[in-house]
Formats: sequence, structure tokens, C-alpha cells
Amino acid sequence: MIYLTQKPLDTEALTATVGNPGNGSVITFLGVTRDQTEGRQVLWLEYEAYPTMAEKMLGRVAEEVRERWGIERLSIAHRTGRLEIGEVSLAVAVGSPHRAEGFAACAYVVDRIKENVPIWKKEVFANGEVWVGMEGHRHAVAPER
Amino acid sequence: MKANVKLFAILREQAGTGATTLVLPEGATVADLIAALRGRYPALRFDAASTMVAVNLEYVSQDHPLRDDDEVALIPPVSGGAGGMWRCPGGVR
Repeated sequence: MIYLTQKPLDTEALTATVGNPGNGSVITFLGVTRDQTEGRQVLWLEYEAYPTMAEKMLGRVAEEVRERWGIERLSIAHRTGRLEIGEVSLAVAVGSPHRAEGFAACAYVVDRIKENVPIWKKEVFANGEVWVGMEGHRHAVAPER
Repeated sequence: MKANVKLFAILREQAGTGATTLVLPEGATVADLIAALRGRYPALRFDAASTMVAVNLEYVSQDHPLRDDDEVALIPPVSGGAGGMWRCPGGVR
């Protein structure tokens, strides 16, 4: 199961979707919104997605996991909109016969999401805000050369 | 031909809109579309090297030829999940 939603993620329900009698391992990863970035206090966060493409790319990541580890039981849910500190922005659940490939697959999924799935995060501070990913790319906001 | 353009995150904020339609000459490429977009929205400031482009939900290069009614999305560096890592798998120039 793969989906984006503006509602709080039901991580128990997501984990249940990967249940299978052949599982010896079920791993759930939760990405949680943090209250600070490099010492700056974050008040809240906003996630924005390109929904049709994000779901397509997440589906492709699931295909990669199937090909690489033979894992069929994988679910990914990503939240969008405004999130308060401590809320779950991303949930990944992996069911597999053994834990080693489950951990590897779960780490792979999270890395891939940060690489090429079109979902953006804005951190809002008391005195400003920043789209994460842009702050280290000064040229990204420089005038055209 | 026309292209249905989508803008996200910082680019959406800079342009003041998340969607627009551009009319381009036949044979126009992604690079031509970017030039036209900069003309329409002077406040749009981005380095194309860190911005990827997707046509009909697939990443493409700058020389990709466009067809009538393509959906073209400008994708600034992504940051899904809970961290801020971003690696460029090959952005357009």
C-alpha cells in the first residue's frame, strides 16, 4: 500500500498491511518532525507533494525493493500539509522472512524517498522559514547568470 | 502547442502560482519552456542545475522535446521524509 495523505498517519494500520504468515520480521520506520535544525528552533513544518508523480515514484521504489530483495510486503505512507513537532511525516513498513533484508530494504526506501520522490519540506522558524534542500544550494536562489 | 506547467515549493512561492499554461512553438524543448517561464515570471529565481524537470511524470533532460498538452513540472531539490539529504541524480543545466 502506497499513499499520501493530509491526515495523521495511522502507523498501526499501515504496519498491519504487511502482515503475512511467511514473515519472520516486520520493520516499521517512522520519520518524525524535529523541533530544531542546526540550533534553530522549528515551530512547525509544511510538506508539499506533487501527488501523482510522488505516488508513481514511490511505486517504483517498491518495485526496486521487490527486485533487489524479493520483498513483496512493503507499505509507504507520507503525510503532507502542516505538521506540528513530533508528528509522523513518513511511515514505512516492511515484512520479510528474515530481519537482515528487512532492515536493508527499509533503509533503502527512506534514502530513495529523499533522493527523487517529489515531496518538499518547509521548516518554519520564529523569524523566517526555509525550504529544506535549498538552504545549502545558494545558487538555487541566485539570479540567473 | 501548449504546455501545462506545474510549480512546487519555493518555485510556486516565487511565481505566486502553482500552475500555468504556456504556448510554445512546435519543436520547443524543456530549455525553451524554462526560458519562456522566466520571461513570464521574473520573480522566478532558480539555478537549473539544481532543478529537475518532469514531463508527464518522468524526469527528462533539458533537450527533451515537448508535445502538445504535455504536463511539465519543475522539481526543486526534494526533501521528503524527516531529514534534509538531497543528491542530484543529474539535473538539467
